[in-house]
Amino acid sequence: MENIEKQMADLKSQVEALDKKTPGSKLSMVVFSGDLDKALAAFIIATGAVAMGLEAVMFFTFWGTSILRSKKKKVSGKDLMSKMFGFMLPKGASKVKLSQMNMGGMGTAMMKSLMKKKNVASLDEMINMASELGVKIYVCEMSMDLMGFKREEMIDYPGLEFCGVAKFLEEANGSKIQMFI
Amino acid sequence: MSDEINVDKVMDLKGMPCPMPIVKVSKGIKDVEVGQVIQAISTDPGSLTDFPAWARTSGNEILKTEQTEEEFVFYIKRTA
Repeated sequence: MENIEKQMADLKSQVEALDKKTPGSKLSMVVFSGDLDKALAAFIIATGAVAMGLEAVMFFTFWGTSILRSKKKKVSGKDLMSKMFGFMLPKGASKVKLSQMNMGGMGTAMMKSLMKKKNVASLDEMINMASELGVKIYVCEMSMDLMGFKREEMIDYPGLEFCGVAKFLEEANGSKIQMFI
Repeated sequence: MSDEINVDKVMDLKGMPCPMPIVKVSKGIKDVEVGQVIQAISTDPGSLTDFPAWARTSGNEILKTEQTEEEFVFYIKRTA
């Protein structure tokens, strides 16, 4: 009798250990690109995932961090390099450009008007929808530092957090789907 | 051979492109009880593959699909 109880306890702890190792119904995505088209794809997949009943986590790094800059917020006290980067890089989702056929902004403007005509949600609208659906967003601290972005100039997104590579890997390790965009 | 389906909620998704139809339906299905049926009307041709995929993954059931020239009508039973 005692033996059976011990076996049960062993089995229970084994199942619990396995459970921890099994990837969950989750999507982990790295958003590396700061392009309009790629960012749109990223948000469509993330919001779609939540609709399918999955959890969705997005990690914004390198050029991707620009997408999350607020167009209204202003910060002071930046050094010259940070100011230059801040000036050169798009200030938020409404300013990012197409990865192809940008043509000095003409292509992007044309694409945006076409999207409106065809009822395709804008990047700003997609971000709002992601927040409504509970898509979790992390921003890479090191990229922010490189680009000279401050935390205070990022959009107000519920639950937005700053992190490093370990957080992404932890999430990816527990996800059935991983992506790099 | 008239198998009437009792519809508890109608969702008009006409004119919405991807990913709106499934995002809306995933929200809308929570408004009905388990066992009740939603009728979703979409004009997005992608819906024809997307709705069954969504239903399989989210654990809901598509009872019937009707297709006219421009519209796709799905009868979805909430089972999850």
